[in-house]
Amino acid sequence: MPIVIRAENIGKLYRINHETQGRGFHYKTLREAIVDTGKAIGRGLRMGKQEEIDRSEEDFWALQDISFEIQQGDRVGIIGRNGAGKSTLLKILSRIVPPTTGKVTIEGRVASLLEVGTGFHPELTGRENIFLNGAILGMRKQEIKRKFDEIVAFAEVEKFLDTPVKHYSSGMYVRLAFAVAAHLEPDILFVDEVLAVGDAQFQKKCLGKMEDVSKEGRTILFVSHNMQAIRQLCTRTFVLDKAKIAYSGNCSKAISHYFGADIKLDLMHISAYKHKRAYLKYIEFLDELGKTKQIFLQSDKIQVRIVFVIQEAVKEFSIAMAILHGDGLAVFSEALCDQVKPTSIQEGEYSISFFLNLSYLKLEPYFLAVHLTDMMLGESLDYNNSIPLPEIKNPSADTFIESRRWGVVRLPVKWSEIEAC
Amino acid sequence: MINTHKIIITPEKSVLSFWLELWGYRDLFYFLAWRDFKVRYKQTVLGVVWAVIRPLLTMLILSVIFGHLAKLPSEGGAPYQIMVFSAMLPWYFFASTMQDSSQSLVTNANMITKVYFPRLIIPISTLFVTTVDFLISLVIFFLMMAWLNFVPTLKIAWLPLFFLQAALSSIGMGLWLAALTVSYRDFRHVVPFLLQIGLYVSPVAFSSGIIPEQWRQLYALNPLVGVIDGFRWCLLDETVRLEWYNFDISLASGLLLLISGLWFFQRVERRFADII
Repeated sequence: MPIVIRAENIGKLYRINHETQGRGFHYKTLREAIVDTGKAIGRGLRMGKQEEIDRSEEDFWALQDISFEIQQGDRVGIIGRNGAGKSTLLKILSRIVPPTTGKVTIEGRVASLLEVGTGFHPELTGRENIFLNGAILGMRKQEIKRKFDEIVAFAEVEKFLDTPVKHYSSGMYVRLAFAVAAHLEPDILFVDEVLAVGDAQFQKKCLGKMEDVSKEGRTILFVSHNMQAIRQLCTRTFVLDKAKIAYSGNCSKAISHYFGADIKLDLMHISAYKHKRAYLKYIEFLDELGKTKQIFLQSDKIQVRIVFVIQEAVKEFSIAMAILHGDGLAVFSEALCDQVKPTSIQEGEYSISFFLNLSYLKLEPYFLAVHLTDMMLGESLDYNNSIPLPEIKNPSADTFIESRRWGVVRLPVKWSEIEAC
Repeated sequence: MINTHKIIITPEKSVLSFWLELWGYRDLFYFLAWRDFKVRYKQTVLGVVWAVIRPLLTMLILSVIFGHLAKLPSEGGAPYQIMVFSAMLPWYFFASTMQDSSQSLVTNANMITKVYFPRLIIPISTLFVTTVDFLISLVIFFLMMAWLNFVPTLKIAWLPLFFLQAALSSIGMGLWLAALTVSYRDFRHVVPFLLQIGLYVSPVAFSSGIIPEQWRQLYALNPLVGVIDGFRWCLLDETVRLEWYNFDISLASGLLLLISGLWFFQRVERRFADII
């Protein structure tokens, strides 16, 4: 098979400006530009004084030394924690942002689906938005006309075609948006976590559609937190970690590499955490003796220790956690404020732990979500929804039975003896 | 996204013929223009009436203040109102194109950060709505001419060319401002200010004939001077003269604005998604 994507040493550097409150690496005002130029001239005049470098700026590599080759027909999954650089990689490949270093050569018609429904306008009708969205995604008018009925049927919105989409339910909106995107016919398709939307049934339909697409010999790059989807769809998987490719190869091995990666998970997110009122610092998984461990037994109790930093006092602070199954389904959630009243908290570094009985979980990948919240403003101060839980093992379990067990968790059930009636 | 086969992405440039790619996306021009048009008339109560009220009211106010109170002279034999309106047509077209296109990237930020397409399409597609508005005002203009019993000459056939000149220079201005607004949000405030000044430094309420002879070449550096003089030359009566030398200066400065705008836009467009 010919190589259709060749990436050589791609890197992406962001300059985070800590002076611009809460904006990270966004636009400047003219005044800032003038001040910066002034500073630069000032530096130039005092040549040789290297230590004068402006401390408020910090270089951040979102991607570094990324090289790979993808053959025609490959279906490549990309997994990794929030901030590992997955989306940046897709944005570079889709030519939305330029790389800072390196070179990519792509051969073929490219389409990318980084968001469902880009460019949808609430005032326009479903019919009008199909055409608009199709054109934005790169389809020609004739092509959209040809596929129009198919798109409408897939989205199941026949009755509402001439209603402005602002009156659509969110489910209908997402279905319509995905339907347009699903009918693109590129040689190479980049998809970013779009299946995280919509109900389970529609997600299945989307996944099925993606499988159909891949059977036609198209090349797909697929970013997801849905391990089930990765397993089902992909032939190869990259694990991105801290801006680099940490593993590349077989999907199952990549997934276990990802879940077994670290004992202590660094959570400081790229996007300018220094401007947040509070942020998650790291998470540790400890056993009953308080020791960090990489692999747990199903019979173990696990202590999850969350370390976070408060930068600005919060009056009604709470913290919430949730366990998500590897295919993205939220299993359950619990908040500190369910048990104690929200308390005020001052600046400083804190830790909190919760304990979890692993016998309730199956021998499958799970994610942990942690949110720091300000209950008074009802807003999330910082969160992470994709923290992999450590691998859970049970040497005595029958893997065949385990793999056929229904459901996403196990709950204690007490059976009686079999009695003759 | 439609691409002709091979794409090479490097820090400097994606190598692909720029114009060829723009051509491949021609349907997007059409759909964006049509979206802006639909949305504009769907959300407003008065709809098309806005396109009529704005130039009509400004024309009335300027006629009363400058024509009746300040008693500025008209040009040729045309009534003062017609002289003002003939300049109001290109002025409003220029102003709204410049304003809409300069804001267009920021309003469509969501698309820019999620999908690739030639960014140039966004500011240029704003021309459609403003052209429709222009045509509506043009109809009003003809109605007013009929009402005042004023008959234009055959020179009116030149009108499309002067309109094109207005379109090119307004887009040139728009490209500069759109690209700058992405990096520096201050330009959001600069645009209304520029427009306010523009109305007074361009010969809208008066004839450019009242500018002293020795300053006229300098004055013609304002691309709108040539456009408005051109409009008056082809819409008003025989006696109106066009100073071709000064007109050429305006034309050249308008084209320079367009070419430099295109150059600047292309130079910075790849960074838009990073900073918007």
